[in-house]
Amino acid sequence: MTKTVLIIDDSPSVLRMIQMTLQQAGYEVAQASDGAQGLAIALSQRFDMIITDQNMPNMTGIDFIKSYRKDPSSDGVPILFLSTESEGDLKAEAREAGALGWIAKPFDQAKLTAVAKKVLG
Amino acid sequence: MDQETEEVFRQEAESLIESLQAGLLDLKRDPENMEVVSQVFRDLHTIKGTGAMFGFQRLADFVHDFEAAFEGVRSGTTSITDDLIDVSLKAYDLIVSLLEGDAPDPQVDADLKRALKAATGAEVAMPNSEEPAPTVSGAPLGAPWLLKISLPDDLIEIGGNPVALINELIELGNNDVSVKARVGETSPVFSEMNPSKIYLAWEIELPAETGEQDIRDVFMFHEGRMTLDLMRVPESVDAARTDAVAPAAPFVAAPAATPADNAQKPQSAGPDKKRGATAGRTKGQMRVPSERLDDIMDRVGELVIAESRLATLSSKIDSLELREMVETIKRLALGLRHTTMAIRLSPLSSITGKFHRLAHDLSGKTGKKFDLIIEGEDTELDKSVIDALTDPLVHILRNAVDHGLESNADRVAAGKPERGTVTLSARHSGADVLISVTDDGKGLNPDFIKERAVARGLVEPGATLSRNEIFALLLEPGFSTAETVTDLSGRGVGTDVVKNTVEGLRGSIYIDSELGRGATFTLRLPLTLAIIEGLMIQVGTERYTVPLSAVEGIVELPEKLEAVTEMCSVVELDDNLVSILRLRKAFGVPGDAPRHSKIVLVRANDEQVGLVADRIIGSFQTVIKQLSPLHTRLNVFSGATILGDGTVALIVDVAQIVRSQNIENSQKRRVA
Repeated sequence: MTKTVLIIDDSPSVLRMIQMTLQQAGYEVAQASDGAQGLAIALSQRFDMIITDQNMPNMTGIDFIKSYRKDPSSDGVPILFLSTESEGDLKAEAREAGALGWIAKPFDQAKLTAVAKKVLG
Repeated sequence: MDQETEEVFRQEAESLIESLQAGLLDLKRDPENMEVVSQVFRDLHTIKGTGAMFGFQRLADFVHDFEAAFEGVRSGTTSITDDLIDVSLKAYDLIVSLLEGDAPDPQVDADLKRALKAATGAEVAMPNSEEPAPTVSGAPLGAPWLLKISLPDDLIEIGGNPVALINELIELGNNDVSVKARVGETSPVFSEMNPSKIYLAWEIELPAETGEQDIRDVFMFHEGRMTLDLMRVPESVDAARTDAVAPAAPFVAAPAATPADNAQKPQSAGPDKKRGATAGRTKGQMRVPSERLDDIMDRVGELVIAESRLATLSSKIDSLELREMVETIKRLALGLRHTTMAIRLSPLSSITGKFHRLAHDLSGKTGKKFDLIIEGEDTELDKSVIDALTDPLVHILRNAVDHGLESNADRVAAGKPERGTVTLSARHSGADVLISVTDDGKGLNPDFIKERAVARGLVEPGATLSRNEIFALLLEPGFSTAETVTDLSGRGVGTDVVKNTVEGLRGSIYIDSELGRGATFTLRLPLTLAIIEGLMIQVGTERYTVPLSAVEGIVELPEKLEAVTEMCSVVELDDNLVSILRLRKAFGVPGDAPRHSKIVLVRANDEQVGLVADRIIGSFQTVIKQLSPLHTRLNVFSGATILGDGTVALIVDVAQIVRSQNIENSQKRRVA
């Protein structure tokens, strides 16, 4: 079974970059452009991993994680949080909300692939 | 990074900086608006983050400081000042030039960074929290590592995989690793254990040459939520390395992947966009060369013609199947036409950001205080029209501020509010879009303009001209009312170039003004460039097409009419007096109109006018073919179209035909 990843980011270029990288690594990719949309998609099917940005219109990444984790279907779904190095406290907050880990921006394709492999195996 | 991703980034950056500029200008007007502050902050943050990812390191570094300045505003320690907005707009300019790949003097960055700091009056530093690397407890180098860990107990719930972590360590240690698991000290009795929680703790021995940071990195996500003791031990704790992974066995059922799995996957699954398309909607955009769209539009046009010829042919063949097929093709062609046209449409808001900036700069340079109000930003126009309009609108706006608005003192002396107003508004009007620029300045003096035109040899000294004709002289080449050439306008693109651009888009431009009250420049532009929905009418033996969007109704021609001129009459419809134009007379068709002639009610230049036709044939999709340059003087026709039977019908330019017959004036006389 091909593993599927949901990416939530309001930046089309970041979405595209992550999508291409993960597809090259053999994963299937779904996208959402804000937390609210991401939540709707995340609850509609089970993903093997979710990557979310923090700063987005409608719903922030951390609010997404909190809302998503309230649903039992989220059990066991790893969430990675995209953060910039200046957001150290947000990382802790995201972890508290139920993120498994984070990817620090800026990242390149190699780093992203490595983290995805680490989480998805 | 592929080229398309870069293009996506560039587009995104453009819209971000557009939003940034709009936000900064909004803050200038409304410095307390925290929502806009957050927006600006978010834009900066995104530009910084993505800029660094797509290779714009200098940009990212600069924006980092820019963002820091606004961090203070966001947190309320500093407030927005005109100074800060000014510096921020300069910073914006630097961002634009860095994005465009220019390499300005690095001193510019440094100066602006300093100016930003000065403008916020605070030494703001973004919290920079790279976690300090923990140091290892003292132990002899060269001794093997002993790692004691207990993982966060919610690890499995949040999607973590303990086996994968341990496999990572095994890989790090080149399989020369011993792993021992034991039940943690605080574990409940077996019957009370929650299967999704972790009750095990591990002791793992790794070879001495394994990097400490590499080991810690395996648990990078869980630092602070787990116990991790890492030490060097002089002697091997357990020599039984053969059963290294045994303790992990209870978790085999967990979603752990073996290295073998990893190796297979990349080949088996290529890029698959299907899920992305169905499960998630992106707001992704694609940039396409406009020639391709023109090409599609051309072909759609040909398709529409072919479809209507097919319809004509099929009507001669009695076949239900054929007719059904023709209907299907017709529907598809219609859908395709709509879609193609929609692709080309773009809202006016895509260029208005420039105008706000222009207003800011103009205000600074002229010292005139004014507000730029933009109405109808959602109005959509063909993208090529929008692009071509930018320069003319910039010119008109400049003129409005430079020549239209009085100085602050003069305004006050004239009893006007000190702040001027310049309004840019766009709206649909029938088949056209009207874009007008209105200022509440000193207005245009017709006598002065006429005098100047006579002096320049543009009109004969004794000529009688209407107000509108006089104002239109402003658009003639070689006419400039500016007493002196200023820095802002009065040089470069002349107003005649504005006129040429607009006419090149099959549009027209009107000027109206009231002395002392202001002036309005109105551009009338066709909404679409290639295909219109047309109402076909017959006049004499010829057929003509009237743009359906200009048509407001069709009524029977009454028997008795009050004639104003030979061609024009006035008829009372729903208590309104409507001027009507006899097309037979206008087109020089001999003979009398048939008894049951029809009036096609159209709206032109904001007035309702009736066109008398012999017969209404029906509505058709009409592909506009340009008239040859030989026929451009026939300005009552905007083009021609080829009918299903191969004959040609001329397309009536409603606005022009009304103007050419002076119906407006006759109507005004009647109403007055």
